[in-house]
Amino acid sequence: MNRRREARVGILFALPWILGFGIFLLYPILASLYYSFTNYSILRAPKWIGVSNYQELVGDKVFIQSMGNTLYYLIGAVPLGSVGAIGLAMLLNTKVKGIAFYRTLFYLPSLVPMVALGTLFMWVFNGDYGLLNSVLREMHISPPNWMGDPSWAKWTLIMISTWGCGQAMVIYLAALQDVPVSLYEAAELDGARLWQKTRNVTLPMISPVILFNVLMGMIGALQVFAVPYVMFPGGAPARSTYFFTSYLYDNAFQYQRMGYASAIGWVMFVITLTLTLISLKVSDRHVHYERS
Amino acid sequence: MSPKTIAGLTLTFAAMAGALYIGETSVSRSARQDRVTVVYWEKWTGAEGEEMRKVVDAFNRSQDRIFVQYLSISGVDQKTMLATAGGNPPDVAGIWLDQIYQFSDAGALTDLTQMAKESGLGPDYYIKGYWDPLNYRGGLWALPSTPASIALHVRTDLVPAKYASPETFPKTIEGLDEMNKEVSKISKDGTIELAGFLPSNPGWWNWAWGPYFGGQLIDGDKITVNSPENIRAFEWVAKYAKMFGPKEMQSFQSGFGNFSSPQDPFMSGKVATELNGVWKGGYINVYKPDTKWFAVPFPYPSDRPDLAGHSNLSQDVLTIPRGAKHPKEAFEFMRFVQRQDIMEGLCNGHGKNSPLAQVSEHFFQNHKNKYIRLFDALARSPKSFSPPKIGINQQISNEMTVAFQEVNNGDKTPKQALDDAETRLNALWKTYQEQVLNK
Repeated sequence: MNRRREARVGILFALPWILGFGIFLLYPILASLYYSFTNYSILRAPKWIGVSNYQELVGDKVFIQSMGNTLYYLIGAVPLGSVGAIGLAMLLNTKVKGIAFYRTLFYLPSLVPMVALGTLFMWVFNGDYGLLNSVLREMHISPPNWMGDPSWAKWTLIMISTWGCGQAMVIYLAALQDVPVSLYEAAELDGARLWQKTRNVTLPMISPVILFNVLMGMIGALQVFAVPYVMFPGGAPARSTYFFTSYLYDNAFQYQRMGYASAIGWVMFVITLTLTLISLKVSDRHVHYERS
Repeated sequence: MSPKTIAGLTLTFAAMAGALYIGETSVSRSARQDRVTVVYWEKWTGAEGEEMRKVVDAFNRSQDRIFVQYLSISGVDQKTMLATAGGNPPDVAGIWLDQIYQFSDAGALTDLTQMAKESGLGPDYYIKGYWDPLNYRGGLWALPSTPASIALHVRTDLVPAKYASPETFPKTIEGLDEMNKEVSKISKDGTIELAGFLPSNPGWWNWAWGPYFGGQLIDGDKITVNSPENIRAFEWVAKYAKMFGPKEMQSFQSGFGNFSSPQDPFMSGKVATELNGVWKGGYINVYKPDTKWFAVPFPYPSDRPDLAGHSNLSQDVLTIPRGAKHPKEAFEFMRFVQRQDIMEGLCNGHGKNSPLAQVSEHFFQNHKNKYIRLFDALARSPKSFSPPKIGINQQISNEMTVAFQEVNNGDKTPKQALDDAETRLNALWKTYQEQVLNK
């Protein structure tokens, strides 16, 4: 088979994916970019209004508030989730009896659908009869009203985010099992203790995976939607749990402002891209790649 | 290209075309080949959805030309809008009254004026408070399915004997405040044990507090959410927040059970009075029938006796989305729902009052709510009001809820909260006028 023919056949085999990508991803992405410069209410043809939507966003206090809430959530949820996932992975990387069962057990919660999760945690975090506050009261700790108090509502969501750290944990676990035992043996010969081995062997060796998981966690945090939508309708109390995606959703589907919603989506994309690039740049010095 | 490749590709495309055809046939909306199929999307699920299904079944039995295919779905408003945009809407969509203005502005609805006129439906057939809101910018955009009026529900056993009847219950807001002070029980550590009244419970009509004090949310084309009456209403809300304490109130309310359960705060005895809809009587019958209660019109400010007998009205409505395949047949079904016997059966099934001007004695006597005559009278009261007729109704409601929460939490003063809401709504309204109404 000559190279041209080979390429043709290759493209033919890849055609379903290429078509799917073009129709279901590339076209909507480009269309949303176009709509972000228009006034578009779904039922009428989009009308070009230049950068008006973006100008409006700059002075939109609710948008700024939703952006602040999202970044607050990101700063809280990503480190907490990462530390939790690494810690769990380290624990589950030990050789104890029934380890496969424990690994399954800790992974299972991440399979719970987000809407079910939101409903479940409404019972756990209820300020009066919630499970968590009942436990805290038993311990003679005066508990906060997690869902009713604006200063605690975001933290409620941050804590809930750790529920899904099983996904990241599995990836960390795979990375931990790839760390050469010889490195630990060498470290032990040099007299390294547990913390020193963790700091100087484990973390550097799994640093590319940490970077990957942190980036994925960051992107996920910027897109948080289902749990707050279920638990805190309208971003209650007083929009303290109103996120980027909440505002985008409301504009698109409640207010029929698809053009404005598209602009919000693109701002969100730019912020996500910027944070990703900054993270990659900052991580240059700290991530250890075996080949380099 | 070799003959084999050509044959392969031809077969592939033929298979795809076949799949598309079979797929289209299998999901076809024509449920019956012998009748015109009218697709009806309804918002209600559960018991209310079943009551509407009975009406649909009765219609399907009543004639042999049209078959109404009833689908009870969640998020009906958004799905209707998207389906309309996609050119494949249902023939009838059951949405909420306050959405028809935005839908109408977007060109998503069929004007029913002519069809209603031809079938004898007009202002005389309905209670004014329900008919007027259906008309907007020169068109008739919906017909009622089930409406409601709102009143103050009082637990006879939780208020002092002097307040324990509709005749002796305070008529004014000031009287209600006095009753609240007498009835509420707050322990030494600030924990609320019983609330006489809570403006934040159930918290469904935060936009309506201003109108209960004589305010308006819009005046013609102007947003007026920070009018003196609205500020006065929110100052009254703030008074309750101060009396109970925002944190204590949050904690107290977080222990409230669902309104459709015996743990509902009114039924479980955590609040002595509650502003709620006519349907509440039906829920009490189901979940706690031994509850001793009565209903009265919500009190008015003592310096505004002209507001006596006010209530906010709401409606579930039936609409025909633009581009519906069978609008005439759809309207025929909607006309059937408007028949007095059908409408009364449906409204009683939902535990609601009737939107029709003529109401039978049978309806009053057999209704689930023993105070149905009061709710009917409130619906007919010239002082009653509906959500404002404006395309940014949803945003007004959201902003008023945020302002309410800010005041209730003690985060902002009433004036500050409503000024902020006004500023934001003015900007939204300006954009809406430019972009949707082309002004």
